[in-house]
Amino acid sequence: MAATSSSPSLVDTLFQRSLDDLIRALRSSSSVTEAAAIARALDEIRREIRSPDLDTKAVALQKLTYLASLHHLDMSWAAFHALELLPSPSLPRPRVAYLAASLSFHPSSTDLLPLATHQLRKHLAPSPSNTPALVTPALHLLALASSADLACHLAPDLVPIVSGQSSIPLRPKAIATALRALAVCPDAAPVLFKPLVDCLSLSSEPHVVSAAVSAFCELALAAPDPSPYLPLAPEFYRLLVDSRNNWVLIKVLKIFARLASLEPRLAARIVDPVCQLLRRSPAKSLVFECIRTVLSSLSDHDAAVRLAVDKIKEFLASDDDPNLRYLGLQALAMLGPAYSWAVEESREVVIQSLNDTDTNIRHEALCLIMGMLCESNVVEICNLLIKYAMKCDPDFANEILDAVLATCGRNVYELIVDFDWYISLLGEMARNPHCAKGNEIERQLVDIGLRVRDARPELVRVARDLLIDPALLGNPFLCSVLSAAAWVSGEYVESSSNLLELVEALLQPRTNLLSSLVRAVYIQAVFKIVTFSFISFIKQIQAFDTKSSADRSTAFENEDGVATADKAVIFDSIDNNETIKHESVSHLLDFVETTVGPLSECDDVEVQERARNVLGLIRIIRETRYWNIVAEHELTRDNKISEIVELMEAAFSEDLGPVSTNAQKRVTVPEDLILNENLSDLAGVLGDIDVTPCTSISFSLRGHHPTKSKEDSAPVIEPSSLLAEHRKRHGLYYLSTEKDEVESNDYPLANEPLLPVSHVDDAKDIVKLTAQSFIPRKAKSTKPRPVVIRLDEGDGVSSSGLTMVKEFKDDLLSGAVRNVLLGNESKPSSSHDMSSDRTSQRGENDASNNNDLFSQPNESNALDGREHRKSSSRKSRHHIRHKEKNGSPGNEDTEEKSHRHSTRSSRHQGKHKHRQRGDTLPDVVPQEPVIQDFLL
Amino acid sequence: MGIRFVLLVNKQGQTRLAQYYAEHLTLDERRALEGEIVRKCLARTEQQCSFVEHRNYKIVYRRYASLFFLVGVDNDENELAILEFIHLFVETMDRHFGNVCELDIMFHLEKAHFMLEEMVMNGCIVETSKSNILTPIQLMDKAS
Repeated sequence: MAATSSSPSLVDTLFQRSLDDLIRALRSSSSVTEAAAIARALDEIRREIRSPDLDTKAVALQKLTYLASLHHLDMSWAAFHALELLPSPSLPRPRVAYLAASLSFHPSSTDLLPLATHQLRKHLAPSPSNTPALVTPALHLLALASSADLACHLAPDLVPIVSGQSSIPLRPKAIATALRALAVCPDAAPVLFKPLVDCLSLSSEPHVVSAAVSAFCELALAAPDPSPYLPLAPEFYRLLVDSRNNWVLIKVLKIFARLASLEPRLAARIVDPVCQLLRRSPAKSLVFECIRTVLSSLSDHDAAVRLAVDKIKEFLASDDDPNLRYLGLQALAMLGPAYSWAVEESREVVIQSLNDTDTNIRHEALCLIMGMLCESNVVEICNLLIKYAMKCDPDFANEILDAVLATCGRNVYELIVDFDWYISLLGEMARNPHCAKGNEIERQLVDIGLRVRDARPELVRVARDLLIDPALLGNPFLCSVLSAAAWVSGEYVESSSNLLELVEALLQPRTNLLSSLVRAVYIQAVFKIVTFSFISFIKQIQAFDTKSSADRSTAFENEDGVATADKAVIFDSIDNNETIKHESVSHLLDFVETTVGPLSECDDVEVQERARNVLGLIRIIRETRYWNIVAEHELTRDNKISEIVELMEAAFSEDLGPVSTNAQKRVTVPEDLILNENLSDLAGVLGDIDVTPCTSISFSLRGHHPTKSKEDSAPVIEPSSLLAEHRKRHGLYYLSTEKDEVESNDYPLANEPLLPVSHVDDAKDIVKLTAQSFIPRKAKSTKPRPVVIRLDEGDGVSSSGLTMVKEFKDDLLSGAVRNVLLGNESKPSSSHDMSSDRTSQRGENDASNNNDLFSQPNESNALDGREHRKSSSRKSRHHIRHKEKNGSPGNEDTEEKSHRHSTRSSRHQGKHKHRQRGDTLPDVVPQEPVIQDFLL
Repeated sequence: MGIRFVLLVNKQGQTRLAQYYAEHLTLDERRALEGEIVRKCLARTEQQCSFVEHRNYKIVYRRYASLFFLVGVDNDENELAILEFIHLFVETMDRHFGNVCELDIMFHLEKAHFMLEEMVMNGCIVETSKSNILTPIQLMDKAS
């Protein structure tokens, strides 16, 4: 068997299965046996493909191509066999080989293609034997698989085809291939670019122009700096006005959209033709492209924008075509807040789109609405969106939550004025039955607490509502939100109104559903609350103490015994006030002691440790002499207690603040500290402990628990939480144990479980939303925006999309193209150079002005400057021409060409323009009469 | 690079034609990509739009009988024009095969590729005339 498989025999050739046979065999095999059938076929192919008979080889390759392309098989091993078939004179064989190669070769994976350089060149050569049927696949392969070297070698062979010296039908294909050659090998630009430009000329066939325009469109869009293509603007303008081919027009519009940002005068020039197309064209694709061009590049022209917006409305109104609605929304989204009137006009459609059957359309509508948010409308729109999210499907509900969280949290809550509102909105979001955004809500709750001091009371109130609701404890997605709520109510306990209620909420029985790390946070919050209530209690007494001792010092002189009695009276009066009472603190301590007590035996160290801390604290408190104050009524100064109070105060008095992401960078390393050595030692100590650093701003709270808690405790609580989930969903079939529990514990139920709301309500809500306006109104809130702590420039901005740094590097291709079109001198020079250049040519330009069609010496000063610059460009153009004459003879053609264009001063004007951009952009008057000469 | 890839997929999600332009994917990446796209697009109904955003590009798709024609394009490509291109591709195949169906494409995968080669080169649409597209193929048919 091994012998037969290694050498192909005559039998293989005679009884070879054709491709059709193979397909039939595969079709008749079931999904189970298919893999075996493919494996068998591959075995055959491996044998057949080595056959000396080329037909056998070709069929084998054909079969392999089929399998590889549709069944994702590797065929790189057969690359050489494909190359073997290329030189075959009989047409089907090289085509089979080309197809196989173009589907499987790539410069990064196949290094065999350079072997075929000679063969490719032969097929590309203009000869009658090279029919289009042979050259097309060769070009295709070149376009798909050529490496930089190969492209450079074969670029000269493309030139005759691109310039139409061989077969005409091949020209567009060669243009597309040349585009690829330029992309992989910018060095080919001097050879290829000129013929490509020629393809745009009036004499070219329409489909050649079309392909050339596509190619230039790709080049201009891909270039980081498209200024080298500005000189071609007149050609594109001619096409924009004359062409009747939608495809060409779309591509031309794309090119102009890219170029218009470079040259403000272009916009004024193209706005009329674009508007005409917008009005007249029946083709939706073209209309949409016009809209896109207007919105992206002609947004200064109000009439054009108006027209585009009207067309967008037509798109949005097409009920039967979701494509147009989708594109309409996308187009609106391009407008941005500056054109809020446009969105305002289509408000109803946009809002209705939130209810569309198509998720993509809903998504676009949501993005659009989010894009319209500003300080004055954020409250009403977000409120309604969150209400709407309660009723829609889980995916979209989370999308809404995500969008609201991201938009409101953007750039350190720049949109939010009323933080009290936003915090309660966060609370509402957490109560969404589909909410899966707990982590982000958690982050923002804590972050606002740290950054916005004024918002803390409301934060504590919202946290209390969340903590107190036993229903929320069963939802695993809300774990993190609850943890944030617990932390907040512990940290800012001084804002809390009812400490006992809070402690009861934090220690309610259902907290055993939480992961142990969240539970640890809960107990730590209890610790802080106990500390706080004790400290305030003591302070209160001490305050009284000092007051009474002052009294005593006066009373002492009179009568000793009365003073003590007075004290008792005053103390009672304090008791009667609405301050912290001894009994309430005592009750609090008792309650904490009994509920936390069992946790000191908890399996989890985190919980156990915190529980023991709390119990330890209570024990210390109970030991103090002040504790039995009511019984003894004896108020002597106790140094120990003030020590304890001071200590506890010190432990929690420091206000935690946000930490800048850049903070660590600012710490200067002490000179004698050698960091590297120490760290390498650590590796041995830590062993395999995972020490991946926390990337975000880290606080002890969220630094470690979200990741760990899942691993550590998920398995433990999962069954019960799942059960809770199940109960929640199918509550109907369960006895209402939950409610009993709630009632027996007297917890006020913070929110009623949400009932599924009918669609009638849905629609009503939507309509309500429609009544709102996106237009920013005068802010009616009287409350000033509270101080939000911002650390530095980098703080919080990293998450916003605003700081997209645009990289503006000159790529190789642009450089090469610029050289071809403009000569070497046209590299953008510094403004200093420019000015000196200009002034030096000021005197000389009169001579060159003479033969210009449009030189008008007596113009205003502003135009004068422009004239000068223009003529200086003309000047340098002459210069280039001279240079070219002196250069290689191969440039003869280029020169001729530039002559032809120079009468209209078209091409080099552009070069000029991008120069001018360097230094005079600010004072460019956009609509200047001179521009007309430039394009026509 | 306008068009990144052209995919033909049947209702069951089996690939019937796959042509990638310039973007090189390994077999695994290809399989993953096709799987993701198919899952995304085939789940959509007639009332939903034909454009799906995927990774950093768009997919424009259209369903003809049991076949889905999926074209991956750059974000700045004109979606409606690509829809027209898909329609042209289908019409061209229809003219050549006469009432084209999935089986025609299966058994004549090469020809389908040749037609695509005539229409799209390096991701650019280079030919939009049906007769121009079909002429070389008809010549070849005659020769063999």
